[in-house]
Amino acid sequence: MSEPVNTAVSEPPLLEVSDLTVHHGQLRALDALSLTVMPGEVYAIIGANGAGKSTLLRTIAGLHQPTAGAVRLDGEDVTVLRPERRARQGIVMVPEGRRLFGSLSVEENLQVGATYARPGPWTIEKVYETFDWMRSRRGQRAAQLSGGEQQTVSIGRALVANPRVLLLDELSLGLAPVIVQRIYGMLPQILATGLTVLLVEQDVSQALRVASHIHCLLEGRTTLEGRPADVTAEQVEAAYFGLAGTGAASRSAEGSEA
Amino acid sequence: MTLAAEPTLLGAEDFRVTRSRRNVTWNGIGVLAVVVVLALFPYIVYSGTTAIMVQAFIVLTMASMWNLLAGYAGLVSVGQQAFVGLGAYFVLILALHGTSPFAALPVAAIACGVAALPMWWLVSRLRSGYFAIATWVLAAAIMLFVQRFQSLGGGTGLPLPGLTGMSPTLLTAYTYWAGLAVTVLALLAIYLLLRGRTGLVLTAIRDDEVAARSSGARVGLARLLVFVVAGVGCGAAGAVLAISQLQVQPSADFSVQWTAEMAFATIIGGLGTIEGPIIGTAVYMVLQQTLASYNAWYLIILGLVAIGVALFARRGLWGLVDARLNLRLFPVGYWLRAPAGNGGRTGQAGEEAVAD
Amino acid sequence: MAWVNAIIQGVLTGGLYALFACGLSLMFGVMKVVNLAHGDLAVVAGYVAIGIITATHIPVLWSVVVVVPVMAVLGYVLQRTLIQSALNRGVLTTLIVTLGVSMVIENGLLQFFTANTRGIGPNLSLVTSSFSLGSQIQIAWLLVVIFAVAVVVLLGLQYFLSGSKYGRLIRATADDQEAVQLAGADYRHVFGIAAALALGTVALGGIAYGMYADLDPTAGTDTILLFAFVAVVIGGLGSLWGTLLGGVVLGVAQQIGAQINFSYEVLAGYIVFLAILVLRPEGLTTRKAQS
Repeated sequence: MSEPVNTAVSEPPLLEVSDLTVHHGQLRALDALSLTVMPGEVYAIIGANGAGKSTLLRTIAGLHQPTAGAVRLDGEDVTVLRPERRARQGIVMVPEGRRLFGSLSVEENLQVGATYARPGPWTIEKVYETFDWMRSRRGQRAAQLSGGEQQTVSIGRALVANPRVLLLDELSLGLAPVIVQRIYGMLPQILATGLTVLLVEQDVSQALRVASHIHCLLEGRTTLEGRPADVTAEQVEAAYFGLAGTGAASRSAEGSEA
Repeated sequence: MTLAAEPTLLGAEDFRVTRSRRNVTWNGIGVLAVVVVLALFPYIVYSGTTAIMVQAFIVLTMASMWNLLAGYAGLVSVGQQAFVGLGAYFVLILALHGTSPFAALPVAAIACGVAALPMWWLVSRLRSGYFAIATWVLAAAIMLFVQRFQSLGGGTGLPLPGLTGMSPTLLTAYTYWAGLAVTVLALLAIYLLLRGRTGLVLTAIRDDEVAARSSGARVGLARLLVFVVAGVGCGAAGAVLAISQLQVQPSADFSVQWTAEMAFATIIGGLGTIEGPIIGTAVYMVLQQTLASYNAWYLIILGLVAIGVALFARRGLWGLVDARLNLRLFPVGYWLRAPAGNGGRTGQAGEEAVAD
Repeated sequence: MAWVNAIIQGVLTGGLYALFACGLSLMFGVMKVVNLAHGDLAVVAGYVAIGIITATHIPVLWSVVVVVPVMAVLGYVLQRTLIQSALNRGVLTTLIVTLGVSMVIENGLLQFFTANTRGIGPNLSLVTSSFSLGSQIQIAWLLVVIFAVAVVVLLGLQYFLSGSKYGRLIRATADDQEAVQLAGADYRHVFGIAAALALGTVALGGIAYGMYADLDPTAGTDTILLFAFVAVVIGGLGSLWGTLLGGVVLGVAQQIGAQINFSYEVLAGYIVFLAILVLRPEGLTTRKAQS
């Protein structure tokens, strides 16, 4: 696995995962996994169902405790911190399936997200400016929004906390491709405010389009890492399905997904 | 590598599924011996002791029923006192019409089972916490309803007719045997229920209800059956209570303290095992006998111990024993045995409790 | 005319029952906990109030100002320690633990205070006086005051839940505990606040009950807990104002029952409860889809 070429070599990594091993009961979902996210990156984790992608993200967010290994934010070990503490430190996750507060309005969802916000450029006002449809609908109950709208509000809820690392878990799930593209189209604006993005994505081509760094998982282990420009489609396919050379023989990735 | 060192591949037919590690027959003989000894008590101990034993039988029966409800069917009922009271009152009603209370006992128990059906219909849709209080409200309503009938003694109750002619020794003995019979039958019924298909369904529910439903198990029916059986059991206990006290009193017979006592005894002894309530009842009796003179103290301590056990020793006292000795008096689970002699390696490893 | 009197009294009693019920509804809505010791803690509040009044001779109503905040704090502590531990271990454990607390409190009160009933401020003019509407209708001042207090409390709760930071957090936690953590909130703290509100309101209800009727060790379960639950179910789970409606229906049902036969009072309320359970289990205020 080659280290990504980074022009700012002297810059310390923002998020580091070292030898992370995570179990679901007796099932090992992640096996001594390591990755490094540099500031300003769009770091995409891809892999088939059950590869361990969401487990990885959830463990970084603190919703799951690893059996071994560490998670470090800006050099500080956050492995034992509860999820809310990590959120306040700057690791904020947009969970899979949106998970908005259904009985609250759009604005109230944002307000909850802003309750323990770090200082920074993102405010509820700025979210309304960025996603222009939201302002007129801000009094509406979140449960009544469409899937794409909910996803956007969910991102907004995470943004107003002014995270340092924004975790995006399976944005495209259950959404039409057009909407997914539109949402991913907002990434540059988000990055421009100084955030770093770590995302999990089912749709490999979508991931390759937006990522500055790609990391492929299979059965809890890394099978491929590098910049999108540096990997071929065949390499990605081989890593994704665990074809010859990755030790997984012809078995497709199975097992319970987080 | 020689042939002798290679492990043989085991086929499915090489494994045996058995009911317990040790021979079931010896367990059965042991239990039978205990029952026979207990049956001889009226001949060999003082009536004071048999009276205490009757109390123990009542609590043990109720605790076993509560254990069946909560530990196996996932139903936490705080309204079992409804059946205790109904059992007592059904005996009273029959006795007022000339039946001997002892003959009335089985009828009263069955009547409680019948009464359980409309009760289940009323509360079965509620989820756990609300189900619990709903059963409590139902029990309170039943008590108030029963208290309406002046012919049954209204709010103060009545003495139990039909037993005055009997000699005290005979009465004590019959009461004791009635209590013993109820307890033995209750435990037997629970044991058979759990060994059968319903038992499998219940264990499946306990482990994962959604999976159980989706695999076709008749979850609702299993729960109804358990609720009815628990009704019969608690009703029988209530009937024994009425006989042992020679009177029926609504506020005492329908008191929620019965449910609290059976629940705490079960928790302390160990929820989800048939042996647990036995141990729990023993603890309860010890507490009650030593602290009886201090009025409500035994219940306070019982409650505190139950809280402690629920929080810190989830499987109860029997769970602590079971974990070390893998001992089961009433085997209702399954063991998977690998064939011995496969290089001797699989002998120990093959034995793992699969269910229960 | 006796009927009109009865119905008015029933409606007003609904306020008292709403005080009993809103805390129970809140705790279940937010943390899915049915606190079986809910009513007993209200009785404790009443006994503490009596104790304080007897010891310090402060005016009766001042005891409310002292006891209610103390009970709210107790609620927070109880939630963060005992109930949270039980919650972490499952629903069954929570029911056992709260049942245990209930039994310990009741029997403890029986031990120390005996089964004798006690009233709060029995000589207070507020408690004993009534006013007349026309020549045939007599209404107790105390009931009117309790009803007004209940409305104020419900308004306060509604305002708090809809407009304040913690109110939003409470509603959010009720919707999605995990997502609230991702937003930086410690849900255990939020639970604690909800429990504080629940115990504060039920303590108020307990003191009100001590003035209206008399307190005894078993009132916590026999009256407060069961009536609170009935009011919640009738009114509809998850609705605060529903607890007032449920309380009113319960109160009216009881008074009508009492008019038919004095000893039918409590039973009549339970019969209406069972009817609602069968005919409209989601309660009177909830739309069907929400239950």
